[in-house]
Amino acid sequence: MNMSLLSTEILTAVLACGLLILCLLSPNKEKHRGIGYATLFGLLAILVTTFFQYGINETTFHELWIHDDYSVFMKELFLVAAILVTLSSIDFVDTLPRFRSEYYSLIVFAALGMMVMASANDLVTIYVGMELMTITFFVLVAYVLGNGRSSEAGVKYLLLGAASSAVLLFGMSLLYGLTGTTVIPEMMAKLHWSPALVIAVVTLIAGFGFKISAVPFHMWSPDIYEGAPTPITGYLAVASKAAGFAVLVRVFIDGLPLQNGVDWLTVMSVLAGITMVIGNVVAIPQTNIKRMLAYSSVAQAGYLLVGLMSADAAGVKGILFYAMLYVVANMGAFAVAIVVAKELGTEEIPDYAGLAIRQPLLASVMTISLLSLAGIPPLAGFVGKLYLFSAIMDKGVLWPAFVGFVMSMVSVYYYLNVALYMWRDEPKDNRPIHVPGAIKFTVLFAMVATVFFGIYPGPLAEVATMAAKSLF
Amino acid sequence: MNDFIFAAAFYGLAGMTILSAAGVVFLKDIVHSALMLALSFIGVAGLYVLLNADFLAAVQILVYGGAVAILIAFGVMLTRRRNMKESNPNNRWVIYASFVSAAFFAICGWALMGTDFKPVGQQVNPEAAVEGLASLLLGDYVVAFESAAVLLLVALVGAIILAKGAKEA
Repeated sequence: MNMSLLSTEILTAVLACGLLILCLLSPNKEKHRGIGYATLFGLLAILVTTFFQYGINETTFHELWIHDDYSVFMKELFLVAAILVTLSSIDFVDTLPRFRSEYYSLIVFAALGMMVMASANDLVTIYVGMELMTITFFVLVAYVLGNGRSSEAGVKYLLLGAASSAVLLFGMSLLYGLTGTTVIPEMMAKLHWSPALVIAVVTLIAGFGFKISAVPFHMWSPDIYEGAPTPITGYLAVASKAAGFAVLVRVFIDGLPLQNGVDWLTVMSVLAGITMVIGNVVAIPQTNIKRMLAYSSVAQAGYLLVGLMSADAAGVKGILFYAMLYVVANMGAFAVAIVVAKELGTEEIPDYAGLAIRQPLLASVMTISLLSLAGIPPLAGFVGKLYLFSAIMDKGVLWPAFVGFVMSMVSVYYYLNVALYMWRDEPKDNRPIHVPGAIKFTVLFAMVATVFFGIYPGPLAEVATMAAKSLF
Repeated sequence: MNDFIFAAAFYGLAGMTILSAAGVVFLKDIVHSALMLALSFIGVAGLYVLLNADFLAAVQILVYGGAVAILIAFGVMLTRRRNMKESNPNNRWVIYASFVSAAFFAICGWALMGTDFKPVGQQVNPEAAVEGLASLLLGDYVVAFESAAVLLLVALVGAIILAKGAKEA
């Protein structure tokens, strides 16, 4: 039993519980901005410690818990997402009627659930971590008390999330019945083709597909993304999806055999193809920025699934690299949406008219983030897509790259549509928009990171390669 | 003879579980549904007894048959609705949903019949089972166990936040 392999999780749990105690001690009427900054520095400190954990590839608790470079990379991704969400939440939290401080500790608890998912090496731990993340999100989605849309989104997420968990559990129980073990690497040797394995794989794909919002399990995401508070929408879109991918990759690559087993690669290919096509095509007519970003995030899940199709270190490296850039670019776009929603009171894309005149910084960040999501060089999204698609092309399969290329061109249309409103149209009034300090930092960081990793992807790609290799 | 009793008990309990679960869905009065749910939980507890999982059966009756069922009944009573008729309606998708469920049931039935499941684990006597469960939960499975504890804390905090609502009371 090696407790030091749990250090990141223990620190995060201590931080979350400490924040909860801090909420109880602080006076009720205050704005609690201090707790927001405490969350921020706590998460930053934990992020720093994770950089010293690369290179430790060990398991403990009889292989139930694994600490490898892959899990460390994923944990850093969750922490970066949680930090950016906290930063963009500080001004939003001021507008909440009650329970301002608990909001921050819930963000940290959700990150804790994701970390447990990333490091879990058996199905039981994966499930508990996933429920910790999901149940925290139920609360966060419904957090705007007294707002019908937020509550509606919370209830919808609760019902659909519970149903998807049930489907996932059914698949996991079949795997246990077939192998007699819940440890993922041990399942590999014991599984061979049987009808029950087919059902298990299908239900696992459905359960995880819900978390990563792959078509046809994506129906929940536009409604819930629209109703949830915008920072939480960003958190859902980037971190929850990445956590879903973290377990999806580990379970399928480490646990489910391709020879003599079920050919899940074909299922993944079909899923990736329709997800890319439907996500991008349905995003075109959207007029609400959050719904547009929701469908765009569905499409991004399709690109990420292409990385799983190659089922080798290069593909997983593509997933890790792209997921990190996706966090940065998406949080940039959502941070701009947060300011616009607060200052102009609107989420409609035509109301972004003239944003370039009223606040050039926001317009630039939004444009760069969206272009990066579309995969335009020299931005980071282009490099990420290059890694994803070159991994599958090396295997001699060309169609995913072709579909991805065409669909990226389609996505340029609806991404640039927003840019067009911002840069071409005259604003309704010319008053400049005030950008709060915390959000300014978020958008600047998002912009710099997107441009920097687009021009100089080397360091991040090296870390991603190392992390991906630890899985194989 | 023993096998016959075992099979009779299994089919009796399984039938009770499934029929009462169907009752949860189809009964129109939500209080009746809640009572049916309790019956279904007790049926599952009986199945655990047949599998020699005595401790799990006791927990199932205590937690699900007792606490959860009573909480649901309380929840129904506290929502203050005089007339319980039509409190658990079906929606207009019921016919399509039953087709989908029947198809899923048929596929799963076919798959499970066609698969050769081997028995997993080994027989242990009930006292050792409880001891083994305890050392597993606080030993190898401690991360899942502690995560579940954190999960309960989050659920409590979330329930308070959502239930108390926006108004200062």
